[in-house]
Amino acid sequence: SDQNFLARYWPASEMVGNTIHWFRKGLRLHDNPSLKESIRGADTLRCVYILDPWFAGSSNVGISRWRFLLQCLEDLDTSLRKLNSRLFVIRGQPTDVFPRLFQEWQTSQLSYEYDSEPFGKERDAAIQKLASEAGVEVTVKVSHTLYDLDKIIELNGGQSPLTYKRFQALISHMDAVESPAEIITAEVMRKCATPISDDHDDKFAVPSLEELGFETEGLATAVWPGGETEALTRLERHLERKAWVANFERPRMNANSLLASPTGLSPYLRFGCLSCRLFYFKLTDLYRKVKKNSSPPLSLYGQLLWREFFYTTATNNPRFDKMEGNPVCVQIPWDRNPEALAKWAEGRTGFPWIDAIMTQLRQEGWIHHLARHAVACFLTRGDLWISWEEGMKVFEELLLDADWSVNAGSWMWLSCSSFFQQFFHCYCPVGFGRRTDPNGDYIRRYLPILKAFPAKYIFDPWNAPESVQKAAKCVIGMHYPKPMVHHTEASRLNIQRMTQIYQQLSCYRGLGLLATVPANPNNGGNGVGTSPEEIQHEAVAQAGKDPLHPPRFLGCPYHSKTCIFQRVGLKDMLGHVFFFNQIELVL
Amino acid sequence: MMKRVKGDEDACSSSSEGPTESCKKVRKLQPSKEKHQEEEEETDVDLCEFGFDWALLPQEILLNIFQFLPLLDRAYASQVCRGWNQAFHMPELWRCFEFELNQPASSYLKATHPELIKQIIKRHSNHLQYVSFKVDSSTESAEAACDILSQLVNCSLKTLGLISTARPSFMELPKSHFISALTVVFVNSKSLSSLKIDDTPVDDPSLKVLVANNSDTLRMLKMSSCPHVSPAGILCVADQCHGLRELALNYHLLSDELLLALSSEKHVHLEHLRIDVVSENPGQHFHTIRKSSWDAMLRHSPKFNLVMYFFLYEDEFGPFFREEVPITHLYFGRSVSKDVLGRVGVHCPRLVELVVCANGLRPLDEELIRIAKRCTQLSAIGLGECEVSCSAFVEFVKMCGRRLSQLSIMEEVLIPDHKYNLDEIHWEVSKHLGRVWFPDMMPTW
Repeated sequence: SDQNFLARYWPASEMVGNTIHWFRKGLRLHDNPSLKESIRGADTLRCVYILDPWFAGSSNVGISRWRFLLQCLEDLDTSLRKLNSRLFVIRGQPTDVFPRLFQEWQTSQLSYEYDSEPFGKERDAAIQKLASEAGVEVTVKVSHTLYDLDKIIELNGGQSPLTYKRFQALISHMDAVESPAEIITAEVMRKCATPISDDHDDKFAVPSLEELGFETEGLATAVWPGGETEALTRLERHLERKAWVANFERPRMNANSLLASPTGLSPYLRFGCLSCRLFYFKLTDLYRKVKKNSSPPLSLYGQLLWREFFYTTATNNPRFDKMEGNPVCVQIPWDRNPEALAKWAEGRTGFPWIDAIMTQLRQEGWIHHLARHAVACFLTRGDLWISWEEGMKVFEELLLDADWSVNAGSWMWLSCSSFFQQFFHCYCPVGFGRRTDPNGDYIRRYLPILKAFPAKYIFDPWNAPESVQKAAKCVIGMHYPKPMVHHTEASRLNIQRMTQIYQQLSCYRGLGLLATVPANPNNGGNGVGTSPEEIQHEAVAQAGKDPLHPPRFLGCPYHSKTCIFQRVGLKDMLGHVFFFNQIELVL
Repeated sequence: MMKRVKGDEDACSSSSEGPTESCKKVRKLQPSKEKHQEEEEETDVDLCEFGFDWALLPQEILLNIFQFLPLLDRAYASQVCRGWNQAFHMPELWRCFEFELNQPASSYLKATHPELIKQIIKRHSNHLQYVSFKVDSSTESAEAACDILSQLVNCSLKTLGLISTARPSFMELPKSHFISALTVVFVNSKSLSSLKIDDTPVDDPSLKVLVANNSDTLRMLKMSSCPHVSPAGILCVADQCHGLRELALNYHLLSDELLLALSSEKHVHLEHLRIDVVSENPGQHFHTIRKSSWDAMLRHSPKFNLVMYFFLYEDEFGPFFREEVPITHLYFGRSVSKDVLGRVGVHCPRLVELVVCANGLRPLDEELIRIAKRCTQLSAIGLGECEVSCSAFVEFVKMCGRRLSQLSIMEEVLIPDHKYNLDEIHWEVSKHLGRVWFPDMMPTW
C-alpha cells in the first residue's frame, strides 16, 4: 500500500507513466489519436480489449460478426507484435475489470476513442468515474466520426437535425475535417514499452469462436475477413478502381453490384479497422488529382455522411432504436406476427428476390444497400407491416456493418417512421429484382433450388406453368414456398394505412398523397392552404367548436403521443414550435 | 394557469406581494434537496392564503381548457375538486371518441382500457357523436369493436369510422355478426353523416338499412374493398342519398348507372370520388365506363375530384385511358408501362397529382413532357422506380413551372446526360420552381 500511496501522490513529472489504451471500436493503429496521445510521455503501454465470453454466446450478435471481430483483434495483435507489444484481451465486464487493472498495472493514464452512442456514453462515464477514483487520467479523442457531433448539434441550435438535407447544410458550415493522426510506428513507440509476461497467451490471447460458445463445424470461410490490414488493402483497391473509372457519380446498380466486392469498406468502417477520416482525405486527394483541383462536391462522401448523419441524430436519443418513447419516430400500428417475421428472417417468404437477399445476408454478413431497402420495405410498410424494430434486430445479428445508430436510423428511414420520408414509393418484391438482375443469376446463386427456372419466371415462380415447374424440378408449394402475401393487395392496404397515419400527423385535409407527409421545405412544401401554419390555425380555430355540420375531420385530443413527432419535427424544419393538442380524426 | 388564477384573485386575497414573488412561491418546482421541506410548506401556506375555491372557475373556461387536454390529463384534473370532476363529465367532452382495440399478442400499441369503455357506454354513450374504432390485426379486436357497436343503442352518431390498422380483421368475422352490430348503429343513429367502412364484410341488405334510416343526412361513404357489396347495392345508396358528396369504392362497383345516379338533378354536387382499381389475379379483365357517363358527372359537378388508385399488372391496363377521363389524382401502385403513361398525357386533362411507383427501364422522357403540355392543372408529381433523363426532367419542370408544389423524385430516377449531372440538376430545377429543390434520397447504408 506504500507503493500505491507513492504511485498516487508522486509528483506527476517524475512519475512513471503507465498507460492503458482501451480498444472498443477503432480497431486500428492508423489515425488513432487517443492512442497516439497516450503513448506520448508514457513509459509503458498496454492495449486492452475487454469482452465477456459468457455474454458473447448469449448476445444477439451472430457468429459472422463475432468472427469478424476476432479477426480484427488477431490482426491488431499481429501489428502490435511488430512494435514489440501485444494486445491484452481481458475477459470480463469493463466496470469490474478496470479497478483491478488500475491497481495491478499501476496505471496512471487511460485512453480510448470517443463513443457517441448513448449506451457507450453511459458506460464511459462510469469508467471515467472509476478512473478518477483511482487517480487515473483519462484521454478521449473523437475518431470514429468525421466531426465532433456535439458541435454539429450546437450549430443546429442544440437540436439534432432530422433531415439529411438539413444535415448537409450544417456540414457545409462546419470547420474542415481534422486530418488523420499519424500511424503508430516503432518510432512513435520508441520510448514506450509493453511489459509482456511469459504466460501472456494463456491469460490474454484473442479467444476462439469455440471459447465464445459457437459451433464452428461447417462454417464457410469469411467473405469479409476482418482486420486493419485487410481494410487498408481494400482502401487502396477501392481508390484504384475509382481512379480507373474516373467517375465519381453514384454507380448505377446492376446484378454485379449485389455481390460482395473486394473493394467494399462498410464493415471495416463499422469496426473502425478503417478510419473514416483517412477514407475522407484519400477520396478528396483522388478527386482533386483526377478533376484537376476542382473542389469535391458533398455527394463524393455520400456513404460517410449518411453514417455521420445517423450518429448525429442518435447521440442524444437513448430511445433511438425503439418506436415507443422515441420522440423522432412516428407511432405506426405495426402488426405483431412472429411466424411471418421468421419467414422473412429465414428467407422463406416465397419471393425469390427477398429470400436470396436474406440468404446472402445470413451466409456472408453483407448485402448491397438497395437490397437492404428491398427487404426492409418488404418487412415493414411494403408488405408484411411488421415493426422495423424486429428487422433491425435481425440485421444486428447478421449484418457485419450494423451499428446501433446507423442500423436503427436506416430502418426508421426505410419504414418511413421518421425523417419526413415520402411513403408512396414501395419496392416491388418481384419487379425490383427483375430490373436489377434480369437473368436471375443472383437468385440462382443463393437459391440453388430455383436454378433451373427460366429467367422469365425466376422472380415469380408461382406464375410458371406446372410443366415449367416440373421441368425445373421445383414445384412451388412443395420444394419452394408459395408467396406468403398477395403483394398487390398488401401494398394497397399498406398505402392506405400510411396515408391514414400521416394525415393524422400532418392534419392534412386534401386529397393529395404527396402532401400528406409533413412539409419538408427542401422538397417543395405543401400546396396552397395547407402550410403548417394554416393547418395549425385551422386546428385551433376548430377546437372546441361544436360543429353545426359534421366535418370530415374532428378534434380528437387523445393522442398526445403522436404529437411529439410534430413538435420536434416541425421545429427542426421550420424553426417554429407547433403544439398540436388537437389531433384530428381523419376518416 | 396558476399564475392566471392568482392574478384574478388578487383583489380578494390578502396577499400584498408582487406577482413575481408569489409566482415564485406557488410554482413548486425544482427544489434543491435541503430546501424541499421548506418550500413545500411555503406552497401550502400560499394556497391557504388564496383561500381559493377551484370550483369558482366558470364551467365554460374549464370546458375550454379541458378540450385541449388529453383524456388522461383530464382524468387527473377531475380528481382536484368536485367542480372539476363535474366538468370531466360534461357532454361536450364526450362527443368525439376513438376506441383503440389492440391485443398484446398482435400489436405494440396500448388499447383503450376495458373499464373506460364500460364507463363510456354507461355514462356517455348518449353523448357520443363522432366515433372511430382502430382495430389491430386480431379477430378478437374486431369482435370487441362489434360488441361496442351493438351497445350504441341510445346515441345518435354523426360519424362512424371502422379502421383496421394492420390487416383487415373485420373481414375475418362471421358476416352476420358484423352486419347485426353495424345495423344497430344504422337503425339507432338517425342522422349518420360520415361513414368509413373500408375492408369490412358490409353487404347490400345492410346498405339498404343505412339508406332507410339515414338517407337525408349521409354525406360521406367510404367503402373501398367491401367484397360483399354489389353494383346494385351501391346504386341504391346513390339513388336515395341525395346529399352524398364523397364516395370511395372499388372499381368493380363503378358503373355507368352509378355515375348517372350521382349526376341526377336531385343529387347535390359530388365533391370527391375515389376509386381503387385492384387486380385479384393476373390477367383479370376490367369493364369500361362510357365517356358520356363521365361527361354527365362533370356537367353536374364540374369541380368534383376523381381520385384513382391503380394496383394492376401491366397487361391489365387495356380498358383504361382510351378516352378522356376526368381524373384529378392518379396513383399507380405497381409498374405501369410507358404506353399507359403516354395515354394519361392525352386523356387526363384535369390531372392535379400523378404518382408513379414503378416503370420499366426505358426513360419516361416524352411521356412526362406530354403530360406537362396537356395536363395544365398538374401541381404534384411523385416518381419511384422509374427513369427520366436529366434534360427531359428539367424541360418538364420548366413547362410546369411554379405550379408544381409537390415534386418528389427519387434520386435514382434521374439519369445524368450530356446537359446536366446530378449536382447541376438541383440548381436548374430550383430555378424553375422558384424555390430550393432536391431529389429524394435514400440512405447509402
